Amino acid sequence: MFEKVNELQKKFSESLQAADSSQELEKIRVEFLGKKGSVTDLLKGMKSLGVEEKKQYGQQVNKLKSEISDAISKKVEELHKAAVEREINSVPEFDVSAPARLRRGSYHPITLVQRDCERVFRSMGFTVEDYSEIVSDYECFESLNIPKDHPARDMQDTYYLTNGQLLKSQTSAAQNAIYKKYRKALIEQGKPIKAVFPGRCFRNEATDACHENTFFQMEGVMVDKNIGIPNLIFFMKTMLSEVFRKDIKVRLRTGFFPFVEPGFELDISCLICGGEGCPSCKHSGWLELCPCGMIHPEVLREGGIDPEEYTGFAFGVGLTRLGMMKYNIADIRDLNSGDLKCLSQFTQDRE
Amino acid sequence: MFISMNWVGDFVDLEGLDKLSLISQFSLSVAEVENDIFMKGEDIDGIVVAEIKSVEPHPESNKLHLLKVDAGQGELVDVVCGAPNVRVGMKTAFAPLGSRIGDITIAPRKLAGFTSNGMCCAEAEIGISDDGSGIMDITDDIANGTPIKDVYAVDDIVFEVDNKSLTNRPDLWGHYGIAREFSALSGRPLKKLETVELSQFDSLPKLDMKIEDPLCYRYSCIKVDKVNRSISPVNMRIRLYYAGMRPINFLADITNYIMLEMGQPMHAFDSRKVENIRIKRFGEPFDFQTLDKETRHIDTDTLMICNGDTPVAIAGIMGGLDSEIVDDTTSLTLESACFDPASIRKSTVRLSHRTDASMRYEKSLDPEMTVPAVGRFLKHLIDYDPDVKVISSLTDEYVYKYPEVSLELTRAFIDRYTGISISDEKILSTLRSLEFEAELDNDVFSVKVPTFRATKDVVNKAAVIKEISRIYGFDNFPQYTVEAPLYPVNMSTEKNVEEQIKDILVVRERLHEVHSYVWWYTDECKELGIETEDNIRVLNSNLVIRNSIEPTQLCQVNKNTLTAPEFGIFEVGRVVKGVDPETNLVNERKMLCVTLFSKTAALEELYLRMRDIVAVLADDIKHREVTFEKREPTHSWQHPKNLNAVICGGKEIGEIGLIHPSIVKKIDKKCAIVYAEIDVADFAELDSLGIKYDEPSKYPEMEVDLTFRTAFFAPIGATLKNIGSPLVKNVSVADIYDDEKGRALTVRIVFSDKEKTLTRDEVNEVVNELIEKLAKIGVALKQ
Repeated sequence: MFEKVNELQKKFSESLQAADSSQELEKIRVEFLGKKGSVTDLLKGMKSLGVEEKKQYGQQVNKLKSEISDAISKKVEELHKAAVEREINSVPEFDVSAPARLRRGSYHPITLVQRDCERVFRSMGFTVEDYSEIVSDYECFESLNIPKDHPARDMQDTYYLTNGQLLKSQTSAAQNAIYKKYRKALIEQGKPIKAVFPGRCFRNEATDACHENTFFQMEGVMVDKNIGIPNLIFFMKTMLSEVFRKDIKVRLRTGFFPFVEPGFELDISCLICGGEGCPSCKHSGWLELCPCGMIHPEVLREGGIDPEEYTGFAFGVGLTRLGMMKYNIADIRDLNSGDLKCLSQFTQDRE
Repeated sequence: MFISMNWVGDFVDLEGLDKLSLISQFSLSVAEVENDIFMKGEDIDGIVVAEIKSVEPHPESNKLHLLKVDAGQGELVDVVCGAPNVRVGMKTAFAPLGSRIGDITIAPRKLAGFTSNGMCCAEAEIGISDDGSGIMDITDDIANGTPIKDVYAVDDIVFEVDNKSLTNRPDLWGHYGIAREFSALSGRPLKKLETVELSQFDSLPKLDMKIEDPLCYRYSCIKVDKVNRSISPVNMRIRLYYAGMRPINFLADITNYIMLEMGQPMHAFDSRKVENIRIKRFGEPFDFQTLDKETRHIDTDTLMICNGDTPVAIAGIMGGLDSEIVDDTTSLTLESACFDPASIRKSTVRLSHRTDASMRYEKSLDPEMTVPAVGRFLKHLIDYDPDVKVISSLTDEYVYKYPEVSLELTRAFIDRYTGISISDEKILSTLRSLEFEAELDNDVFSVKVPTFRATKDVVNKAAVIKEISRIYGFDNFPQYTVEAPLYPVNMSTEKNVEEQIKDILVVRERLHEVHSYVWWYTDECKELGIETEDNIRVLNSNLVIRNSIEPTQLCQVNKNTLTAPEFGIFEVGRVVKGVDPETNLVNERKMLCVTLFSKTAALEELYLRMRDIVAVLADDIKHREVTFEKREPTHSWQHPKNLNAVICGGKEIGEIGLIHPSIVKKIDKKCAIVYAEIDVADFAELDSLGIKYDEPSKYPEMEVDLTFRTAFFAPIGATLKNIGSPLVKNVSVADIYDDEKGRALTVRIVFSDKEKTLTRDEVNEVVNELIEKLAKIGVALKQ
């Protein structure tokens, strides 16, 4: 009887050794531990044994039973582990050293700079206005204190159209309309006029690496009861520091533009040398950047605003110029070229 | 305009001040100074006056001479000289051994066998004129050995002012006006202009002169006889040269000198040619020869100076050839006048001839200046040619006087502009230093603008603020923000929509934004076989404003075909769709144009991609669906088929289409191109339907795929809609399959019920109804 236990144990060990899948293990479990399994058979022969022997025999069979059960569980786990291991090993090391495929779209660099400028002013409560590209002589000149035959018209070669309208030569062409749009709120509710208006401008001149007949400007105005020169300097410096993401020094020079009085040319400290003097600022430490000034009383009056009561500042910054400076674009003609070798490099640029 | 600091120094004593820093201050406070400042005379050192004592021909050279020169050193110096104008007794500029010209230090030098111990110099070599034809011929009586810089104003600081920045400052077109600015900047007094007292000639006869046209504001003239001198003094010539003018002859030089000094253009006529001066326009156009020997066409709007009925000069622009000063002129009639600035400007434009005089006149010169300019002219004339004789009284007609400008500014008004409180004394002294009359009474500044600033420059209070603040110095202003109430700021919907479109197209669709010109690319289009379509034009030019961005974009695609096998570009730009016949104003539209190019995708696939892009824009920005309606092409560049209007919110907002195959072939033999053009304003005007949240059903959805024999989804979609089952949640095309029998569409219908689990029967009922109805209109299930 007792030998049978040993035999079964031996048989089980051999079977277990040979098994290498969970299905085979299940078969072994049924074979040895099932209701009709070998261990159950062993117990059947117990009747013929004496009490003491019965007890001993029973203990041995039960021991074998739990040994088999544990061995199977252990083996199941081993097999599982091996399978996971195999699965892990089946995945090779991937090559991340290869260049990533960016598959990106791109913004026009002017859009990026324009958004930068708009963002700064919007954050300070300015509205962002849009305006047509084809305007009247009144909008572009007369309403801006530039009557016909004014020498200042020499400063700009304007594209006139055959119907008497013109391609706007400056974003200032929107000024009059903006004053008229917001004058009521200014006068009746005391809401200051704060607006920026980016746009495409056109001047009839020969193009080369530095000159374009089609370019972008952004004009800004603020009108209220107590606007002065220090405010103008503050807003210009703030905008430029935000756009270039560093502290920019600004200075004003006297400048003449018929729609401002006093009028200024605004210079910024050279972006390359920081004001020390280098070839790109012709060793002056300064770069001429944009015209600005206090809005001319006649321009305010033409917009329906009393210049005795209100003052304001206006500026016009060249977005094209800013973009070229910010991204080191050497040839202005690239901007209108549609050449994706140049333009596809400009992805989102927010910080 | 070039400014000589020596000349400025005639009128304001800047001795002991740092002139370069004054010039930078000038650039900040007055007018833009160009970067290069010229240190005249810096290039030469040790040049002296010397006399040629003997001239021998060089034995081996026709050009060279052997000279003995007295350079004031006791012994005569041997010099070999190649100048053609050497002669015994001539005084010249001499560079002795050890002196310097530019980088060269003069040392003994062998020339064709003879040693030269120095060099005789041409005016060009010492930088005082561009005459290098011979050595300098000094006619002044100067001791040999005198350093040239001791007798002539060779040393000078010259800077250039950007003319554009003087547009509004007629007073700055002469050195005296510039000196006034330096006086204000430095605090040093401005000297009075010395002139000849003209009343002393009052007893002499008047000239016969009449202004017959209101375009002449003032005409002042005087006649002078017995002019002997023909060459200007060296110092005058140097100044003219430094100021950018070429010396001509004594009389012409003084007129130019006065112009550069006072900004008043002058003209000297040969008195024999002008006996009855009339200023008028002519009823008929005619040709006229100006003193530069050009024949110019004079129209009926051009003001002329005449001798009786014979024109002798174009007023304010240029004199005539016939009446100019010639070699035997001894008697001159001097004109000092003022004209209507706009008229001069228009005439120069019509004649396309701008002169130093017209440039000044068109800036609105002060008519008060004509008479002092005559007095100043005579001062120079008499100083350098003492025997001249004035033979007429000053004849002066003054028909248009600019109004006087007097302004009152309160302290509060000034402070509001400046944001700071500049002291009363500073305000008064600044204005007075600029020759404004200024008084302060009870916080009110009464300001009278000098005539030379009152022609257009300073005619309002803001301009007075400019005067105060620029001299105060902008560097002295603080910078601070404003105090203002806060209100919400709404960006216009159109602007927002434009930005959203860009973001979706770039970030999601991976397209590239481009810019282009607003006119037709006529030449480039022609290469692609696209004819420019008629539209409004730019005046006097071939430029035609575009009516669509797509032809431009095709040209841009054409340039990029090698950059990638597949790409898409877009632009938000303007086009003109006709001119309103009633208002005569253009119909300018802001359009989004998108072009997709692919060498790999099939045309249909690319076209549907474009459809999806348009649908995404409408869905994302307006939460609306788009539908399409077939259209006939209106442009020759469009493909006759597959042009569809894009309908959104019941409005046609644009179109999607293909490009004519003949154009596509020119761009690439095997490629597909599709485009879309959307009217941004029309699209932006649509209300957004907003996000409508739909609570998902807690019960499982059921999907049914049906494959029909049809090329179009439309009948299936329409029929399903007709059935109107609330259980249909979504319908899509899961697959498209083409075989010999044609096209098969697999439609996936998703069913869902929020209240309960769907039964097969419920779903089948809808499906069967669909199949039946479709069968009736000839759309069969695929067998």
